[in-house]
Amino acid sequence: MNRRDSLKALGIGTLTTGLLLGGCKPGEKETTEVAKSGTEAVPGRMPAEVEREKKIKEEKYFDEHEMATITLLSDIIIPKDEHSGSASDAKVPEFIEFIVKDIPSHKLPMRGGLKWLDMQCLNRYGQAFIKCSSKQQTELLDQIAYPELAKAEMQQGVVFFSRMRDLVASGFWSSEMGTKDIGYAGNAPNKWTGVPADVLKQYGMENVVI
Amino acid sequence: MEDLQIKKSATEYDVIVVGSGAGGGMAGYVLANAGVKVLMLEAGAYFDPRVDSHQLKWAWESARRGAGTTRPFGDFDAAYGGWELEGEPYTTKDNTEFAWFRARMLGGRTNHWGRISLRMGPEDFKPKDGLTDPWPITYDELKPYYDKVDRMIGIYGTVENIESEPDGIFLPPPKPRLNELFIKKGAEKAGVKVITGRGSVLTEALPNNKDRGACFFCGQCGRSCKVYGDFSASSCLVIPAQKTGNLKVIPNAMVREVITNKEGKATGVSYVNTIDMQEYQVNAKVVILGASAGESARLLLNSKSAAHPGGLANSSGVVGKYIHDSTGSGAGGFLPQLMDRKRYNEDGVGSVHIYSPWWLDNKKLNFPRGYHIEYGGGMHMPAYGFMGGIQSMNGAVPGRDGKKKPAGGYGASLKDDYRRFYGTQVGMAGRGTSVARADNYCEIDPNGVVDKFGIPVLRFHYKWTNEEVNQAKHMQDTFEEVLHNMGAISFGKQGKETNYGLEAPGKIIHEVGTVRMGDDPKKSALNKWCQAHDCNNLFVVDAAPFVQQGDKNATWTILALSMRTAEYILQQRKKLNV
Repeated sequence: MNRRDSLKALGIGTLTTGLLLGGCKPGEKETTEVAKSGTEAVPGRMPAEVEREKKIKEEKYFDEHEMATITLLSDIIIPKDEHSGSASDAKVPEFIEFIVKDIPSHKLPMRGGLKWLDMQCLNRYGQAFIKCSSKQQTELLDQIAYPELAKAEMQQGVVFFSRMRDLVASGFWSSEMGTKDIGYAGNAPNKWTGVPADVLKQYGMENVVI
Repeated sequence: MEDLQIKKSATEYDVIVVGSGAGGGMAGYVLANAGVKVLMLEAGAYFDPRVDSHQLKWAWESARRGAGTTRPFGDFDAAYGGWELEGEPYTTKDNTEFAWFRARMLGGRTNHWGRISLRMGPEDFKPKDGLTDPWPITYDELKPYYDKVDRMIGIYGTVENIESEPDGIFLPPPKPRLNELFIKKGAEKAGVKVITGRGSVLTEALPNNKDRGACFFCGQCGRSCKVYGDFSASSCLVIPAQKTGNLKVIPNAMVREVITNKEGKATGVSYVNTIDMQEYQVNAKVVILGASAGESARLLLNSKSAAHPGGLANSSGVVGKYIHDSTGSGAGGFLPQLMDRKRYNEDGVGSVHIYSPWWLDNKKLNFPRGYHIEYGGGMHMPAYGFMGGIQSMNGAVPGRDGKKKPAGGYGASLKDDYRRFYGTQVGMAGRGTSVARADNYCEIDPNGVVDKFGIPVLRFHYKWTNEEVNQAKHMQDTFEEVLHNMGAISFGKQGKETNYGLEAPGKIIHEVGTVRMGDDPKKSALNKWCQAHDCNNLFVVDAAPFVQQGDKNATWTILALSMRTAEYILQQRKKLNV
């Protein structure tokens, strides 16, 4: 298989000639027939995986108030800046709704953590977190967002906020917007020829040989 | 249940191969290419990486952003399976923590593996430590097959002339990544040798092979390769063998037992179709098991008859015993020097670019044999778990203004931290020799537990001993020193309370040794050709015949052994012995 054929197999080549659009190689037909005796409807997926995902997407876990709180927290954790949009611009709340159903060990800590946050706000400011002023919100978050500085009685909030921060980071940076922002330059056919010369020089690694 | 019947095929194949992974795939490939009529039975689905690989998908194309919810190594990983399979349990004895990874698919676990392709060395076959058992063959006897596997499948690496790490016939290796240069410098200061990795990835087109494309450096071998640029038994062995017209694959065929006649010779196997639950029997002159170390032992133990009352090929009683997995322990950290690093594509290959072969003399150590170290890190595609626990990083070093800030946080400054720390992480993992012991074993669960097909399941009994724990401690000490020498900030050293991070057996997925080979039929199940002492038309070609694994990953040795056994079968067929 040459490089052009490889790219064609990937479905990403720029096909300028009909020659590349030929049929199967001898023997490929036989392989395909055997493949049909399998049960997959979606290539590369087991039927149980497809069913499971469909079912999860049909369920709803968080209620409207919870989703509003998640959305607000997500955007506080990752706001819009000069490089990219906010967490909710990247649909992080939708991701969180999915992932807690997909990984159920997130469910209770998230629901309970949101409730803990509202109770703290209710006691201090007389209203739920999303109804508080942004000064009040910041005042509370500052007590749970820095694990090493947090008071012992805020430990539940610290654990919740650390989980929330991780989920928001997962959802944001793995989105198309986040991946572009972080500058990941791979996932494309290329020829790896080693660390660029200017980078080797920057770190004084020109003479390191494996 | 009135319809219950066993569909018996009138066809007699020359050979039935059970399993389509490295061992079964290689045996099927060699035999089919020699004109032998082969029937291959695979318990899982048909899988062709060209069609089924998730290569080049972006994390956002996965609803779970690549999380390992249904696949332990991530949503795009190739393996259909994991350590737990619905309806296919296994049990444990005496608080054993054993985890059994099974991939139910054409090519088995070779579709998702790390492609780290190491030969065992002369002392791995004939150890001199007085503790671990010798093989009935030497390195020199297996070397010609390792050479043939290298040429046929392709492997990159560099000639190093290290006796315990025999060189192969290598394609050019991938260049090291930036983090790996830091590792090299740090490891050398700690006296740890670092050499170029050895992986079965086609860094160049393979001479005389038109069916496989060269690697295009996406670093995603774990997803399996659409252009067949790396080794999977599906793409490189079974699918080409099908094209000879001599090998037929029946997927979704879970073999129940090997059938023997009154004389005790194998006549075929029975299997259940996992889709329609119909029962079948198929016949052959020779039966080859390549179902995996665990499954091949299970099959033999479940194949009881008057001629083989203790299970097939088990007059010695060793089947199931001596199971051993590699030891494994890991560590990680990040390199503050790499903050705000320049972005470029450093995906490279999906196997290791560098590694450390075992470098010390055991005479001065409190454990036998040794371990090698695999390394990773760098600018990967962001996915689920991306920079999780950033509070363990962003409080440890000064911010842009030169001042330290409290760990954790939120908002614009946190968002900036993710960018700053991206690509600074490094990880390392030891993979070592564990001692094959008779009292580490799998057996048919004596309490009658069966799987959803009614097949009795395995029960595992496995304990690590001081030898393995001491080795893991040594790994942790080494990792900490290497990280320190690199100028990395460690994520923490594992201590006694976690057995020094020593993973449960089975977690490294190198379990071997359950149907061991040997010259003495009283102490081994197979002879030096992997042929059953008790049944001369039965062979085992997966990792079950291993006597004692070195620290080297098992696949390359499975391939070489299976090729050797398949050639032996061809010779024996000519002599009309089988």
